[in-house]
Order: sequence, then C-alpha cells, then structure tokens
Amino acid sequence: MNTHKTLRAFTKLAIGTALAMGLAGATLSAAQTKTDVSLGIVLEPPHLDPTAGAAAAIDEVTYANVFEGLTRIGPNGEVLPALAKSWEISEDGLTYTFRLQDDVRFHDGTDFNAEDVKFSLDRARSADSTNAQKPLFEAIESVEVVAPDTVQVVLSRPVGGFLFNLGWGDAVIVAPESADSNKTQPVGTGPFAFDRWVKGQEISLKRFEDYWGEPAALEAAQFKIIADPNAAFAAMMSGDVDAFPNFPAPETLMQFETDPRFTVSVGSTEGETILAMNNANGPLANALVRQAISHAINKQALIEGAMFGRGTPIGSHFAPHHPAYTDLTGTYPFDPDKAKELLAEAGFADGFTATLKLPPPQYARRGGELIRSDLQKVGIELEIVPLEWAQWLTEVFREKNYDFTIVSHTEPMDIGIYARDDYYFNYDNPEFKELISALNAETDKEKRYDLMRQAQEMITADAVNVFLFQLGKTGVWNAELEGLWENAPIQANDITKVHWKN
Amino acid sequence: MIVPVPVRDPQADGLPMFSYGVLRLLGLTLTLLAASIVVFVVLEVLPGDPAQVMLGINAQPDTLEALRAELGLNAPALTRYLEWVTGMFRGDFGISYTYDVPVAELLAERAWVSLPLAVIALTLSTALAFPIGIMAARFRGRALDTGIMGLTQIGIAIPNFWFAILLVYVFAIVLRLVPSGGFPGWDAGFFTALQALILPAIALALPQAAILARVMRSALIDVMSEDYIRTARAKGLSARVTLWRHGVRNALIPVLTILGLQFSFLIAGTVIIENVFYLPGLGRLIFQAITQRDLMTVKSGVMVLVALVVAITFIVDLAYAAVDPRLRRGR
Repeated sequence: MNTHKTLRAFTKLAIGTALAMGLAGATLSAAQTKTDVSLGIVLEPPHLDPTAGAAAAIDEVTYANVFEGLTRIGPNGEVLPALAKSWEISEDGLTYTFRLQDDVRFHDGTDFNAEDVKFSLDRARSADSTNAQKPLFEAIESVEVVAPDTVQVVLSRPVGGFLFNLGWGDAVIVAPESADSNKTQPVGTGPFAFDRWVKGQEISLKRFEDYWGEPAALEAAQFKIIADPNAAFAAMMSGDVDAFPNFPAPETLMQFETDPRFTVSVGSTEGETILAMNNANGPLANALVRQAISHAINKQALIEGAMFGRGTPIGSHFAPHHPAYTDLTGTYPFDPDKAKELLAEAGFADGFTATLKLPPPQYARRGGELIRSDLQKVGIELEIVPLEWAQWLTEVFREKNYDFTIVSHTEPMDIGIYARDDYYFNYDNPEFKELISALNAETDKEKRYDLMRQAQEMITADAVNVFLFQLGKTGVWNAELEGLWENAPIQANDITKVHWKN
Repeated sequence: MIVPVPVRDPQADGLPMFSYGVLRLLGLTLTLLAASIVVFVVLEVLPGDPAQVMLGINAQPDTLEALRAELGLNAPALTRYLEWVTGMFRGDFGISYTYDVPVAELLAERAWVSLPLAVIALTLSTALAFPIGIMAARFRGRALDTGIMGLTQIGIAIPNFWFAILLVYVFAIVLRLVPSGGFPGWDAGFFTALQALILPAIALALPQAAILARVMRSALIDVMSEDYIRTARAKGLSARVTLWRHGVRNALIPVLTILGLQFSFLIAGTVIIENVFYLPGLGRLIFQAITQRDLMTVKSGVMVLVALVVAITFIVDLAYAAVDPRLRRGR
C-alpha cells in the first residue's frame, strides 16, 4: 500500500497537466449517483436484428431490453408472458389464442397491435426469410388477427415447446415500418431504446419513457466490446466497466473473489459441451468404440484443467437445472482399463488414429489437448486440427468431414438435434426419432418430462457423443449492482431489473 | 520484422524529378491493381461460407440460399471482381455483410482512431529516437553510448503487447490516471480522446524508437567516417556544426526508409495493441471481419491499407529527393 502511495505521488508529479485535467473530470463524475451501467461483452454483434442472425451477441444486447416477443424466457428458464398477457390453447394443442398487452408503443412512436404480430411471424416463416432459427416456426400453419388485441395461431401439428419457442430472441415482434432497418436502427417495444453504436467500441441504450410495463431503473446502459481477456481484467479492475456478465478470463477470478468491491457469480448455461463423434466414420461407427472412448476420458480433470473448475459434469445432452434432467454421469466412469477391454472387443486392440478438429473457444482448444492425452493412453492417436469458426461450420458442421470435434451446444432444450436427418453427428436411430416426434406432439408436462428422460437415456446408451460438461457462466460485477442474471437459460443480458443499491 | 529496404537510385535513369514522380505513380497504380487481384483470389479460396457464419448451426438450406442471394454471393467470380474494382474507383467500397452499412463508412470511423494513433506514436518515437541516436553516435564507445545501446536492446526485445499490459496495470489499475482502454470518440472532447490514445501510443512508440535510434546511430557513425566530413573539419568547421550540417543530414536517408516502414506498420499492424486497449482501429476491424467472413469489409479494408502503404512509400521516395539535392536537380 505504501509503495503504491509513493509511486502514485511520484507519477502524479511526473505526469503533465493534460492528464491531471482528465483525472479531475473522472473523480467528479464518480461522486454523483450512478443511473447508468456499463457492461462488458466479448463479441461485438454483427448487427442488432435478432430475427436475422444467429450471433449470440445480438441477443446479449437486445433481448428483453430492446425487443420483446409474445412470451419471454425468465432468469431460470421459465416461460413468462410478455407482449401476450395471456393465452388459451385448444384441446388438440393446435390452436393458440393470444391476448395482447394494451397501450404498447414501439420506440418510434407507432402503435403495437395484432397486425404487428401477424407480420412478424409471417415474415419469420416466409420463403425468403433469413431467420436463423426458422425451424421454430415450421409448424405454424396460419396466423390470424381476430381483434386488434387478439391473435390466433394455428399449428399443423402439436408442438410441445411452442410457447418456449416464441420466447426466443429470433421470435421477437417487429413493426413493418422499421423491420428492414432494425439491423442498424433497432426499433422494438422494450423498456430500453437504441441510442447509438460506435462500431468496435460500444452500443448505448437509453430508457424508453413510454414503456407499457414497469419502467427500467437505469436511465442508460452501455455495452462495451472487450474481446481480450487481459483488457477485460483491466477494465473491470479499473472500474471502466461495472459488470462483465460472461467474464472471459477465468484464471483471474480468484482476484475478484477476494476483493470486496466485486461480486463473482457462477451460474449455469444451456451449453452442453460435447466431444462430438462422427457416428458414420470408421471405428466410430461401432458403439463399443464410442463407449470405450466415453470411459477413457477423465471428465473431472477436464473441467479442472480446461475450465478452472467452472463446469458441471453431465451424462447426456441435457441441462442439469432442467426439471426433467436425469443424472447419467455414472454411466461411463473414468476407467482406462475398461476402455481398452471394450476396444479389444470391438477389434481395435491396437487402437487407431483419427483427427480432432477444434473450433476457437478456449474450452475446445484447452480441452482438446487433455482429451488427446487421455485417448493416447488407450491407444488412440489424435491429430489436432485447429479451425476458425467459419472453417468449422463448413468442414465439420456442413460437410461432416471430421472424426472428433469439441463444441458447446448453447441452444436451450436442443436434445431434438439427435433426431435430425443428416445432422453432423451422423447418428441415425429410428427409435430415437420416434421418441422425439412423440415428445413434440405431447403437451402434457409430466408426460413430456418422461419422454425427455427416455431420450437422455437412449443417446447415452448409444454413446453418441462424449458428454463432457455443462458450460458454466461466470460473471463479475460491481458489488453495488443488483439484478443481473446468474444463469443463462438463453444468451441474454436482461438489464430491465438491474439497479444500484441505495 | 523491420527489413531495411535498399534505397532506390532514381538518378540512374537520369530522369528529371517530374517524370521520375510520374513513373513512380504509374508503378504504384500497377501495384494496387496486382494487390486487388491477389486479395480477391485469396478470399475466393478461403474456406467458409459468410451466410453460414451469420446464420449459425440451426439455419435451414433455403434460409442460407435466401441470404446468399441477398448478399449477391451467387454471381460469377469475374462479375463480382469487376463490380468491386469499378465500384472502388467510384468511391463505393461495397456494403459490409455483417454490419449492413457501407464499408467506406466503417473504414472512415476506424481511420479516425488508427491514423491519429499512428501519427502520435510516430511523433513520439521520432522525438525520442533522434536525440538518443545522435547522442549515442556523438559519444560513441563511451559509457553513455553503451548505456543507450543497452536500453534500446531492451526496447527491441520487449514485446509491445506485454509492455502495454504493464502500462495498463500501472497507470489504469493502480494509479487510475487514464482509462484502461476504449476510445470515447473525438466528439467527447479533444483531451478526453487524446487521453485514451496516450498509453497505446507509448506502447507502440517505444520499441519503434529503440529501432530508429539504433539506425540513426549506425547511419551517423558511417557518415562521420566519410572523407567529406574530414574535409569539413579541415576547412575549420567545429565538430558540432559538422555533425549537424553534414552528418545528420546525410544519415537521414536510411532513417527515412525505416520511418516509412514504421508508419506503414503503425497503420496496418497494430491489431495486438488495439486488442489490449480495446480500441476500435482498422486492424481490429479487419481481423474481426476475417473471422466473421465479412469478405466485403476484408477486401476493401485491405485495399485501403495497401493504398496507404503505397502512398507512404511514394512520399518517402519524394522525401529522399527533398533531402538529397542531387535528386531534386534531376542530375
């Protein structure tokens, strides 16, 4: 402390007047009560239209803050009413009648009514739609305006998770007047309106005074784009940002945990992180080999080594915080001897060689090295090929030209991808496909949960992929700040309830 | 990283200054044209589909097709190349795939960060390097020279991003004198904006200054052993006047070459420093555009950088002529 003071005094003397003037300005503004917040985000959104892109960064800025859908997803993954204040579902599960909120205005002053809902849903499912999650709207047969405050949506087949689907960022309601310019000038119905965007630097939102619901406590918010982990650490420590909901430097968290100025929150996400295997390729087509690999990987060591302990073990492709979660983590305990036995039984006693293609995130790059060394011990030699996202999407995801890859599937409730034809795992199990169509058709909650449990068990028994861990969400924020989400059921930074203490 | 380029000797052609300039300009235009072909071809063969990057893993094939059509990705390569190049001649740099705004607008915004930063860093490094290099040469072999050479060695050896992190730690976290990074924009006030550029400029300038000081010193030492220096001393000029009037001036040619290279580096190669200070500069724009396969921004951005570097080379060539009267007279 003393050395700091001496150093500080010395440097203050040495620094010129220009700096001193800036310093005086900074202390002055800190003395006033804060009514705004600045949040750090790692990736800059490409644009701000959640209905026209898959980038999570779009939702991280706009979800619930700028744009709202008929329903919304709450902090713990529950479906809450939003622009629809209530709804009725017909007996056969095919007709949804939504009653809309009254007196809702878009940020540009135009009225919100049933026509906007029809426009938005029809736009998302149209032939020339560029909605990244078009499958969400696939089952919609028609959208009818019954009254200015009532909309009827008819489905061609029952969709169990339809209300949840309508809560995605990709299903928000936009106005026909502004839909085409939402990428650069987003106009929604949320409690915050878009203010300005300094590209590469920050996006500012300001409170929307004509909001229909409970107004936001904050007057303004800035989302600052800070990609570099060191810069993120420095920005947090120096107070340049008040919160970093997805903090990119897990190795420095200890320093924040011991500092009373900060709150460190560890929550869960929808990100099932898996070692995906090409189920149609060579030895990996054999279920025994895939089971052997599941036994050969020390998942706990992986969580410690690649994630600094911030991840929850999973045994299937399902989030542990979901009520229908069933604990299958004990199915393939870490057991290299058992792995060797299974490999021998499958006819690969001498092992084999394969490639492991890794996308850029740290969980993949760090985890890849650990997995390579684990598999080496049972005779499987992996060649690591690092890829950029764009390459990964083409080579691995689209062309399925890979043996192993590591990736986190962050979409909520996405076990259904195992039933897709031609998906990149190349898993083809008619029984599982039947199970998922039964799940989609079922609207009874308990029956749905039961089907979900069966689905988890089936893909684990087949050892489709190695289910590594649920990606953790570690946030750091100013201890005086309240109301930020701890978990990330969807990739959002909902700041509608954020406020400063006092 | 910095390779000294042999100084071209235009007087060999015996051309007057004007035609010399015209010929150089013609060469530079051809360089730009060749660069445009290389940039375009490289991006054509680069794996990765912009539409897939934007729409992610749940996108359906028809959605991807719709977006590709919207972005104009389906036209033949030659058509797209010609449209792009002729567009640039008209000042139209295309529309960014991801941001959906004109690329020219993006580049202009970023240039307001990158260019001032480069100028400040270059001014700083020159202001440091000239006196230091001259002092070292003047007291060659003595303790001062050895000390300076040792320090510049350290300056070259220290990676600038590490030095930058250190600066942030001391001045932003411990002392809280400047923000840890970011750029508020020039409309936030001249001093506020300048304050944000000080640390990055220092981080960039010091290693450059170290290199420049060493070049200055060795060039000056070379020059000072020339015959004309002995002549100057013999006709009665003091050591001081000889050094300034005949020594420094003649040592400027290699120094100018390095300065030109350093300025090009400061404009195009500062992506790492921009990341440490999260500055919205040109380097980060292009880096980000590459990972997002925003090919229009990459293409046009790289071309603008190439043009800048080419322009700097041209200015350095003209500066040779300014320093060396023989070139001016076109003898």
